[in-house]
Parts: sequence; structure tokens; C-alpha cells
Amino acid sequence: MPKFEPVLLANVGKPNSHTLKVYEGQGGYRALKKVLAESTPSGFLEAVKSTNLRGRGGAGFPTGLKWSFLPKDHLGPIYMCINADESEPGTFNNRILMEEDPHQILEGVILSCFATRATTAYIYIRYEYPLSYDRMHSAIDECYAAGYLGKKILGRDFSLDIFMHRGAAAYICGEETGLIESLEGKRAWPRIKPPFPAVEGVFHKPTVVNNIETVCCVTQIAARGVEWFKSIGVPSDPKNPRDPGSYGPKLYCLSGHVNKPGCYEAPLGITCRQLIDEFGGGVWKGRKAKAAIPGGISMGLLTEAEFDTPLDFSGPGKVGCLGLGTAAVVVLDETVSIVDFLHNSCRFFAHESCGQCTPCREGTAWSLSMLERIKAGRGRLRDLDLLLEIGDTIGIMPGTTICGLADGAAWPIKNAIRKFRAEFEGYIKRTNPRGYMMTDAVEALPVVGAH
Amino acid sequence: MATADRILTDEMIAAIEAYFPRYPTRQAVTLPALHVVNERLRYVPLEAVVEIGELLGLAPAEVQDTLSFYGFFKQDKPHGETRAWVCRSISCALRGGEEILDHLCHVAGVRPGQTTADGKLTIEFAECLGACDYAPCMLAGKALLKNLTKESADEFLAEVKRGASANGKKS
Repeated sequence: MPKFEPVLLANVGKPNSHTLKVYEGQGGYRALKKVLAESTPSGFLEAVKSTNLRGRGGAGFPTGLKWSFLPKDHLGPIYMCINADESEPGTFNNRILMEEDPHQILEGVILSCFATRATTAYIYIRYEYPLSYDRMHSAIDECYAAGYLGKKILGRDFSLDIFMHRGAAAYICGEETGLIESLEGKRAWPRIKPPFPAVEGVFHKPTVVNNIETVCCVTQIAARGVEWFKSIGVPSDPKNPRDPGSYGPKLYCLSGHVNKPGCYEAPLGITCRQLIDEFGGGVWKGRKAKAAIPGGISMGLLTEAEFDTPLDFSGPGKVGCLGLGTAAVVVLDETVSIVDFLHNSCRFFAHESCGQCTPCREGTAWSLSMLERIKAGRGRLRDLDLLLEIGDTIGIMPGTTICGLADGAAWPIKNAIRKFRAEFEGYIKRTNPRGYMMTDAVEALPVVGAH
Repeated sequence: MATADRILTDEMIAAIEAYFPRYPTRQAVTLPALHVVNERLRYVPLEAVVEIGELLGLAPAEVQDTLSFYGFFKQDKPHGETRAWVCRSISCALRGGEEILDHLCHVAGVRPGQTTADGKLTIEFAECLGACDYAPCMLAGKALLKNLTKESADEFLAEVKRGASANGKKS
């Protein structure tokens, strides 16, 4: 295979890559001009649909299919929401795109709105990205001045406004209906679906929610074509007619115990081991890896023996992980206590559960309480089964919650305990030699809070 | 209401009203309005909640309902001149983020969420700041401080104490 040249990251690292002048100098907005001159909204929508582009935000739903769920001949307005509430632990590719190449994003937003006939787009950005916010803001101003935004864009009967909307440090706003509720000025409680946003989204109007990296893929599809996109990645499984495949380039975020953490672009389907060795310069300090998060902490854990798993949309699921998620790989070296890992994970989800569904609110809080007690030397073997009971019963998959946050909380619990049970049992026996066999009810330790 | 009785200044009201044309409902301006007030006062007291409600045509309880969801807006007293968020999520924790948070809190004499007695610094823990390539990291005002060590954390505290805080454009 010829060496893969980065496309999504092609401009990143160049001087003033965030400015319109540099972006246009690299051929930017040529694709937009071409599509607006030569295509129709439905024609471009069909082209994107035919690439089988899957959303890069975590769920991997086919983007063109999502767009096609919008009602036909709707009187409007139709809204586009761009999800830049990137908060999944380990994930930072949207930040890099927004800081270094905001116009690639905006070109994709404009193209996506052209295809979906959306007339207003909101970019929902997390508060913790001040530089991204400033860069996106400036880029939007440049677009208005250049006639890429506003009324009658490039002379076509197509008008679009893009507004930035800042969140306030809540992970749940990355869930698409939580984002919509937050945008409307309410608590970011995810909605029961249906109706799906395409039918009734923000302000009761048809809405599409797409991730930042997804719209960058739209830009590249417009510039390079459907065939180019489908020449990269992993084709659909011929034995599974419902598999849309894993086509296109992907941004992999690599962090944790590697020599060179960073955001790297590779064809979908690179293995976890290739990513760590070829891009990350191997595990740091000459140590061995113990495990890795395959795609943000919600996806669970790969053991070192599972590192040859391809990181495409169906790879991690085959070894018991939740999925590809955000493709953020976090490497844990051999010195990491798996108890500490799970405590960190449970603490995150207990803090970020929005509290709407009881199984998630209580399940995440109690799993943290149990991990706190285990770490304090008062764990019992029975706690592992209690934790697994939580892990197996909270989430969309067992059908007990509205959104997938609880599935994300459950997977690290299930993977860590099922894949590293001996280590948990050893830890509990060693730290609680007199009480590890107890099974009666015990009081929770107070959890140290903040905020 | 006379200007003197209001907590929202004319400038804040104008800044909030500038958001109105962007959204089809006034309620959607809730978060922008909270940010406008919080950026200027460093907190959003209940009086401001009432006045935001009046501007947006909402009951104070509707604004407070949204505000209280986020855990981001302080209401009892302003946060410090610099608000520093130290990441404790997995990528930073694997590279010593929690030790940096402990160290900063210990030296500054506060617990996470608290403000130093001189009012200069509030230290908070953060969940993933999305800068895992620079772990462990901290967001201080608008500045992302990367690859923190105890030494660079000490330098940061010294800068804050001198008043040359990291609220600027440095990244």
C-alpha cells in the first residue's frame, strides 16, 4: 500500500493555517464553489450518502443517511448543529481542527447545510476551548466578509448564518439531544427518541447534529470525490448487508504512556499496535503496555494481547469493547493499577451523569462509592459482582436509560473486571485480608466532592 | 428599575441583547447571558438570575434551573481573578495530573473549588480538557498550560501571586 498522506491534517502546523488567506492558498473553498456551481442539494446529499461516511463523533451513524431522514419539502427552517462539545476523555482531534484549520470545518458546514437546506448552523463548542472559540469566531467573520456566509452565497439561492454557542463544562452536552436542550437554554437532559432530531430537533424544527471531524470529511469528499473516499479504509462486510463499512481517513488521538502523544491521521482500520508503535514511538520508558482504551474511556479496555484489533467501526466490538467511539487511544503501561484505572473512570461518569435516569445516576454514584471503598482497603470480593451487576444493567443496551452515557460508564467496569479479574481479587485480598470474604451490607465511605 | 438598583449594567444588557437575533427564542439566550454576566462579575448572583429572567421573559426559576445544572457558575461569591482548571481525567492522571492538583491545592492552601484568601486564584479540578497530547495540563483563564511539572506549577502560582496571571493569550 502506498504511504498514506494526511488530508484532514494537511494544513495543521503550517504558519497561520487558521486564516482564510492561507486556507484559500491551499485550494480552500474551491470545492464549495464547485459544488454550488455544478450540483444541487439533493445531488450533493446523494454523493455524500454514497460514500458511506460514518459520523466521527462516536456513534458512527452514516452521515448521508442521517441527512436523508429530514422531511422532504419542509417549509423550514431546518437547523444544523455542529457538535464541538468534545469531552470524551482522551479525545482532542476537534480541538486541533478548530485551532489550526477552522476553514476546513466551515467549508464542510456550508456544504452540509447546502445539502440539507439548513439556513442556520450553531456550532456548540465546549467552554474549555477558548483558543478554538476565538479562531472559529474569526474564521466565521472572514467568511461573511468573503461572501461564503450570509445571503445569496456565491450568487446562489442559498443563505446561511453560522453562530458559535458556548457550553458550560458538561459532558452530557455532547449527546445530540442533550446538546439540543442545552442550546435551547435548558438543562442538558437528553430526549427520549423518537422523535429523532431530523424530524423534531432544536426549536421543534428538523435538525441535523454532526461532529466537527465529520464535516471536515464532507469538505474532503467535495474536493476529492466519492471514489477517493471509498478507496481508503475497510470495505463493508459482504456477508453483512447492513454493514456500511469503515471508509475514509480517521483522526486517532493517542495519549497516556506513549513516547509521542498526539493526533495522527490514518486510514480507518489501523491496528492499535500499529498506532502505538508507528505513530506513538512505542510505550514510554521502555516499558510494556498493559492495556489501552480503544476510543475514549467509554469504549472500555483492550488488553495488550488484543492490540492487533483493527480500529475501525466494527473492530473493538469484536473483543468486547463498546465500539470505535472517538478513536482516542489511551495507553496504560504495566505499572498502572487496574483498580486505579477503574476508579478514575467511575469518578468521571459519576461526575458527568446528568441525573435524569435513575439507573445511571445511582449506578455511576454507587460504582464510585464502591471503588473508593476498595481503594481504602475495605473491598470485598462480592463488590466485583455488584459492580458487574451495575455494568450489565445500566444503559441503552439493557434498555434502562435514555442515552448512551450509562453504556459508556458500564463498559469500563465490565471490561476491566472481566478482563483483569485476577488483579482485582488479588488487590482486595491483599488490602483487606480479614474482610475480603464478607458479604453483608456495609456503609459507603463519603466521597470527596468538589465544584 | 433605576440603574443603581440593578446588578446588570447597561453594557451587560446590551451584550445580552446582541444575542437575541441569533435564536428564534429568548430562552436560548440563557447560556450566553450567564456567560456575559459571569465573565464580568466572576459569578452569577441570584439578583442577576432575576434580571436575566426579566430580559429573556422567563421566570427566575427557569434561569436558575438551567444555571444549576452546569455546576460552572458560582453564586455565593466571585471566583478568583484567575480560575484554574486542573485536569484529573485518565490521560492526565496517567502522567501525574492528580499529583499536580494536590500540589497546587497544598501550596495555595485551598481545596478544589475554593479561592485563595487574597482572591487571586480559584483552583478547580476539570474532567478531560481535551489536551491529552500535553498531559498533564491545566486551563488557567484562557491559557492552556501544558506538560505541567511541580516546578512549572510553582511558577504559575508565583505569577498569579505577582498579579501577572495567566489570563492572557499565552497558549
